[in-house]
Amino acid sequence: MPPLQLTGQVLDVRRAGMYTVLSLTAPGLAERTRPGHFLNIGIGGEESALLLRRAFAIYQVQSRGVYGGSVDIVIGPHGKGTKWLVDRRRHDNLSIVGPLGRPFTLPKNPANCILVGGGYGTAPLFMLADQLRERGCRVDVIAGAATEEKLFGTLEIKRAASTLTVTTDDGSMGTRGRVTDVLEDVIERSAADVIYACGPMGMLSAVAAIAAARGVYVQTSVEEAMACGIGVCMTCVLPVIGEDGITRMVRSCVDGPVFRGDQVRWADVGTIPADALGAPTGGQ
Amino acid sequence: MSRALITSGPLDPTASLPAVDMSTSIGSFETPAPVFTASGCAAAGKELDQFFDITLLGGVVTKSVMMAARSGRATPRMAETPSGMLNSIGLQGPGIDAFIEHDVAWLRQRGARIVVSIAGGSVDEYAKLASKLRPVEGISAIEVNISCPNVEDRGHVFACDPTAASNVIQAVRRNSDIKTPIIAKLSPDVTDIVSIASAVERAGADALAVINTTLGMVIDLDTLRPALGGITGGLSGPAIRPIAVRCVWQIHQALPHLPILGMGGIRNGEDALQFILAGASAVSVGTVTFHDPSAPLRVQQELEVALAERGFATLREAIGYGHRGPDLPELTEEDE
Repeated sequence: MPPLQLTGQVLDVRRAGMYTVLSLTAPGLAERTRPGHFLNIGIGGEESALLLRRAFAIYQVQSRGVYGGSVDIVIGPHGKGTKWLVDRRRHDNLSIVGPLGRPFTLPKNPANCILVGGGYGTAPLFMLADQLRERGCRVDVIAGAATEEKLFGTLEIKRAASTLTVTTDDGSMGTRGRVTDVLEDVIERSAADVIYACGPMGMLSAVAAIAAARGVYVQTSVEEAMACGIGVCMTCVLPVIGEDGITRMVRSCVDGPVFRGDQVRWADVGTIPADALGAPTGGQ
Repeated sequence: MSRALITSGPLDPTASLPAVDMSTSIGSFETPAPVFTASGCAAAGKELDQFFDITLLGGVVTKSVMMAARSGRATPRMAETPSGMLNSIGLQGPGIDAFIEHDVAWLRQRGARIVVSIAGGSVDEYAKLASKLRPVEGISAIEVNISCPNVEDRGHVFACDPTAASNVIQAVRRNSDIKTPIIAKLSPDVTDIVSIASAVERAGADALAVINTTLGMVIDLDTLRPALGGITGGLSGPAIRPIAVRCVWQIHQALPHLPILGMGGIRNGEDALQFILAGASAVSVGTVTFHDPSAPLRVQQELEVALAERGFATLREAIGYGHRGPDLPELTEEDE
């Protein structure tokens, strides 16, 4: 189904640790949304000097209710655009385009799944956990961040998971260290078939490496700077190996944001690998 | 393709105003509508067709295509700037053969009017691109991107030199069907844009696209290095609109017979009208599409309203109106 372009009204703006959860009316969005989809929001109104829409993973959707459908997103403290967004108040209108991108692929048969979230990269994993459990999958969650306050939704996600393992770099909550320090144990303990990961690129790269070494199928939702979010600007590209073995610079907005972890050339992100299709040749 | 449900935006703003004849022409290319996409801001139309009916536009100007597949530049490719953005995409694309086979075929089947934008690293490459397009059905015009500042080799900015620009246009003209209008896209990064416009007209350009992005740069204060992988990038968006209107004005004043496809930061119908009054026969909506994916059609609808509100019955009578003396069309009282 094609994405919607609609005006959503702010229903609620609430703090969640260092994050902000924004709820918006979004009739029709829930029916089209699958876990891993994202949406983008226009910043600053019609005459805004900030032209580029901001992209957010879809955290929750409600298809019914008094508002005829709504959506929740999680906003991290970043630049001017997101500052403007978290300053919105109930009844303010926002321009929404979504759902966008390729979502996570769910296993056809019950499987043992590990969900790995870094920081507020956990946001799209709640819906995913629910849908996996509905299919009879075992769900184990690993949530990691630099500090306790940078974790998002750990209490909530615990309800949808067989086990929750928390890591923080400073040891302020859970195991001191990175998600990858506990991943192998969780793979072992849960006899994992599939890993789903969302978070910073460094984390995704490390998760993909462990999954490859252990022979576990892995899907990663990447984080790349985008301008349009709909596939026309060619800003958000990264090197991905296709089914034909050829590396292409593909758009994370429409070809992703979910990619198979073994197909992303993690070490080459931010570069044009010399063997990528159409890479500059000597002298060009 | 099924279309996005758009539940906001100006739905029928023309309800109480007289209809305006929006038809126009770019050389021998006659079109019922004056708003186009801008090259590099619409891919090849398919993605935007999810948001609005692309066949209602004047035409779709496709992303500049080169002979070979091209990966473009390393990321970061984009930096947001006040009322605009910088990009250094580096002309990523599939190459002309795949482009004709897939993208042109899709647009033709969809029924869109097609303007193919070509870019080359040498006069010979432009000539070859024109030859490739010559037998292809359904191409309304060719836009020649001689002004992209993003190509790998900075020595190849043809648009900044009248002779180099002329050589490219001449090569494209010679290798194209005589019935296909050639639109030369000019860079604003020149001392005298009128001299470039005159030169490419003499070389066989039927029309001009004015303007391409202007070269800019941002330094990232976290890394203390250039924000873009390509170091410099093309600045676009409303920030450059006054530069674009000025360029259209100067060229139309000097060469009033030469059709201009005006572009640069058009955000709404009134912005588009400025370009028409300055002398553009049609306009392209580019970067603002990233802000509002239905912007091209919205701008076209708003332009019709903006013309009707000012008493114009046809778009054509507004082209270059800003140059023609002190008399204004009759205004209604509330406009005064």
